[in-house]
Amino acid sequence: MEKFLFAFLVGGAICVIGQIMMDVFRLTPAHTMSTLVVVGAILGGLGLYEPLVKFAGAGASVPISSFGNSLVKGALSEAEKTGIVGVLTGIFEVTSAGISAAIIFGFMGSLLFKPKG
Amino acid sequence: MIQGHQTWVFNSKPVILASSAVGGPFEAQGALAEDFDVLHGDIWLGEDSFEKAEKKFLEQACEIAIHKAGMKKEDVQFFLSGDLMNQIISSSFAARTLGVPYLGLFGACSSAMEGLALAALIVDSKAAQNALAGTSSHNGSVEKQFRYPTEYGSQKPPTAQWTVTGAGAALLAQEGEGPRVTSATIGRVIDMGLSDPYNMGGAMAPAAVDTIQAHFRDLNIDHSYYDMIATGDLGRVGHQIAADLLAKHGVKIPAKKFTDCGILIYKKNQPVMAGGSGCACCATVTYGHFFKRMRKGELKRILIVATGALMSPLSYQQKESIPCIAHAVSFEMLEGRN
Amino acid sequence: MSNKKKKKLTPTQQKYQRFAKDREPKRPVLSNVIRAFIAGGIICTIGQGLQWMFMTYFNFTEVTAGNPTVAVLIIISVLLTGFGVYDHIAQWGGAGTAVPVTGFANTVASASIEHRTEGYVLGVGGNMFKLAGPVITYGVFSAFVVAIVKIAIKALGGM
Repeated sequence: MEKFLFAFLVGGAICVIGQIMMDVFRLTPAHTMSTLVVVGAILGGLGLYEPLVKFAGAGASVPISSFGNSLVKGALSEAEKTGIVGVLTGIFEVTSAGISAAIIFGFMGSLLFKPKG
Repeated sequence: MIQGHQTWVFNSKPVILASSAVGGPFEAQGALAEDFDVLHGDIWLGEDSFEKAEKKFLEQACEIAIHKAGMKKEDVQFFLSGDLMNQIISSSFAARTLGVPYLGLFGACSSAMEGLALAALIVDSKAAQNALAGTSSHNGSVEKQFRYPTEYGSQKPPTAQWTVTGAGAALLAQEGEGPRVTSATIGRVIDMGLSDPYNMGGAMAPAAVDTIQAHFRDLNIDHSYYDMIATGDLGRVGHQIAADLLAKHGVKIPAKKFTDCGILIYKKNQPVMAGGSGCACCATVTYGHFFKRMRKGELKRILIVATGALMSPLSYQQKESIPCIAHAVSFEMLEGRN
Repeated sequence: MSNKKKKKLTPTQQKYQRFAKDREPKRPVLSNVIRAFIAGGIICTIGQGLQWMFMTYFNFTEVTAGNPTVAVLIIISVLLTGFGVYDHIAQWGGAGTAVPVTGFANTVASASIEHRTEGYVLGVGGNMFKLAGPVITYGVFSAFVVAIVKIAIKALGGM
């Protein structure tokens, strides 16, 4: 079950990068997350993120950087199948579960909950 | 009457007939809980939004003050109020309920003393027999407007402060018994280029220092004139900076005489980072705690320096720094009358 | 970046800022980093566990198991946000709770819950992406640029 250990270590490490961005570089959470997503996209484009996912499993696929990677993956695989328009049509293909779930359950949250302050 | 550059001396010494302090659950667990008139168990007050609840806090504070003075709403001549909400809706809606001629103000967290200074001016110059000054703040509505949704998981740094949920009101009149408003120094806007919305104390400290120095200079006095000098909501970080900055400028106020409402209001074990903030911070601590001590005879002369950070959620996004202001009002108990 | 900003400040302002900075309690960076590591590691491990569960008991492949895993983590995050617990965990965990997809779900959920008071259409619907918007916008735009660049390089004959 060393996959669990690697998931812990790599996931923790990516979060540490985020924490350093917020505490040392004084970036806001929004800036930090956006940067991590863009980095994930770039690494995905360079073909470097997939090996990380293979190695660390959820340690690489759960952090927000994998969102960037998935967006690129979707765009490229669709472009390969249907030409350049595929970049537009395929972007959300792989990440749709995450985005849909966030919208659907986030909205349901507003139906059920009141802020606690 | 004006004295010096920016200080009004109120020769008729308007009297605070009554004052009120209303708070929420966090304040109920705080260090000054006993000095509040009413403490609520939740921040909603039966309303369905933070903004509506804040209005209710302010209405209640005003009603209590008016009632304690043995007056009715109809007897109050002017209502001056400000708060942190966009377009100061809490004050405006409370004014609607009170039905009193209304002057809305914006001084951010310095609103309490800004309102009180103007109310004292109105009463002292005989432009009215009485005037009511009030202010409020609400943790939920402030976080929602200026920072993040209250349930958002952002990590607050140690310089952050906790906005007080509550309201305070003070009713001034030409005659009566109670603490007297003797002078007010109107502050200038001071901007030292700081722009971290999580470090209001550091941004506001220079304004407090500037106003305190102006006050002493205009009246030709020093700290020995007062039993207590308290800033509004500099918090632990800002207050230390202010104390050091004053010392650097040759104004050394002894630590036991120089305090801050944001430090006093909460207990050390409450998760409030650097201390309390918000318009209600200065108001509830002054109108509740400090006036109580004055009426008991423990304090004769105090100076309250309310501090405010005059930025908007948008100005921060546009990379503007945070301009700040501080207004000081002095209160005295007169011999033999109280 | 800081030098450009400093140039716009007067000497008095610069002096004060140094004065204030000296008196500012330092952020506990080391303990924040450690806690972020632990919190982030735990969340990812839970994700790994969910993934394993979906692959073993529900016949998902390694690739497709990611979808229900992310969905479950999002549901958990929404519930914790709704119960008013997430912000307390996040104060402890910092980036450890913000960086995983749970943080993304928390931004959407907290904004939705907060703005219900302005109605479901303009309040919830209009503010839902207040905090998540940058992530989606920059994610999509950067993916677009990366994809185009990669395709262009391939087309021009060589990667």
